[in-house]
Amino acid sequence: MEELLQSIIGESWILYVLLAAPPLVFILVYALVTVWTEMKVSAHMQDRLAYMYTGPHGVLQPLADILKLLQKEDTVPAAADKPLFIMAPYLVFIGTYAGFAALPFSSAYIGSDINLGAFYIIAVSSIVVVGLLMAGWASNNKWSIFGAMRSAAQIVSYEIPTALALLVAVMITGSLNLQDVIRFQEGGILNWVVFGGPLPVVQKLLLLPFTLTAFLIMFIAGVAEVNRTPFDLPEAESELVQGYNTEYSGMKFAIFYLAEYANMYLVSGVAACLFLGGWSSPFGDFMSGPLWGVFWIVVKGYFFVFLQIWIRWTLPRLRVDQLMYTSWKVLIPFLFACLFGVGLILVL
Amino acid sequence: MEAVRTYFRDIWKALSSIAVGLSVTIRHLVRPAVTVQYPDVKLKMPERARNRLYVNIDDCIGCDQCALACPVDCITIETIKSTPDQDLGVTSTGHKKRLHLPRFDIDIAKCCYCGLCVYPCPTECIVMTDVYEFSEFDRHNLIYQFSAMKPDQIDDAKAKLKKAEEEAAAKKAAAAAAAEEKKKSEQPKQG
Repeated sequence: MEELLQSIIGESWILYVLLAAPPLVFILVYALVTVWTEMKVSAHMQDRLAYMYTGPHGVLQPLADILKLLQKEDTVPAAADKPLFIMAPYLVFIGTYAGFAALPFSSAYIGSDINLGAFYIIAVSSIVVVGLLMAGWASNNKWSIFGAMRSAAQIVSYEIPTALALLVAVMITGSLNLQDVIRFQEGGILNWVVFGGPLPVVQKLLLLPFTLTAFLIMFIAGVAEVNRTPFDLPEAESELVQGYNTEYSGMKFAIFYLAEYANMYLVSGVAACLFLGGWSSPFGDFMSGPLWGVFWIVVKGYFFVFLQIWIRWTLPRLRVDQLMYTSWKVLIPFLFACLFGVGLILVL
Repeated sequence: MEAVRTYFRDIWKALSSIAVGLSVTIRHLVRPAVTVQYPDVKLKMPERARNRLYVNIDDCIGCDQCALACPVDCITIETIKSTPDQDLGVTSTGHKKRLHLPRFDIDIAKCCYCGLCVYPCPTECIVMTDVYEFSEFDRHNLIYQFSAMKPDQIDDAKAKLKKAEEEAAAKKAAAAAAAEEKKKSEQPKQG
């Protein structure tokens, strides 16, 4: 797509804007859909109906919400550190959006086809922590700072299992470029890394327990990284009001929300690329191609988003010590075992 | 060794209980909702539900028993006696009506929906209905006036009663005067 656009409009800033825009458009549309899905799924899980009046089954409700948030007063507390307070939500969103640059959407489109794609996503999404800390600190509110501290501790702890689980997949595929990772898995559902990748059958069967474990841990760590229930300690509404975004209102609050939903898709998309073959079709050559690629990666990513929503409305929140226990004493040892096992099998 | 076993058992327990929880929520996800779209769809009230009071004023005999039974004194009844020449008719239960009802007010804002006024009514004219949507912007609108009498009718009834009372008083006075006269006329004979 880059070459095609370059041949049409040549080397200019418009080219880069056009290349950078699709993920943003996707995030905006996806966030609207997901806000609606989240409310509907949560309602039906509690045998309720949720919105029914704004359009058929309330499909226009997210638009109405946006309209409401746009009209709301954008308050900045008198005691807040104003520049930091205003910057924080944008920084959180930029951290998430930057991650989308290396996330492939189809065999023909990726924001930036860099060799260290997976590593770059892990690295750049750490900016989110800075944004959250900034929001908590600048709010000058004890709930906010508690939330920000918890969030920093949580994201720092859970980045290790995410990175290690990512390494398991990278060891099998042999590349950090997500496009290469996906091309490696092309050719049907059995070639996906979660089922051992396109390796000889014996190796596949031996790898299977390790890849499944790594995949599960990647998902758990992903849920923790986006601060969603059961890992929603940073914004635990029963304890901390709203955590780091307590003092935010109007559009700034909406940007935090948008960043959270975008982040949900980012971790889902990375998991789908590494373990579920990204844009490759599960039926081999059937239904494959650049446009079907968009369809498949969105379906796979959205499946994880749905899973996150499902888990959110099922499980209660963890305690802080349980959170740390899960990361340091369960996920990380298991991943070391996985790395060791996968390495051993691949060498033999 | 025991610690290792506990460690793995805890992990297994966590995973299996999460699976149980997820299966419960997914079953509820596909089950039809139990709630109804309230203002459009309304659930039928139970037969003996106690909501807004209604008074069938045609059947009321003005006995004041409901007002006496009310624990919050939200019922106010005023009556005017009818004169013998007036016929107020009978209630649907066959009681003869003897009192005009210029005022029968229920302050539904005070009402506690206990239903104690319903039981003593001899003609079953005060009843609980299934109406529960009657909020108002002004509290005074919640004082329901059930009396069917117009102001001129009230004045008329009052005037008639006064006239009848005056007539009766005059009659009584005349009778007393007559008795006095009789006494006086009888006295000299004795003397």
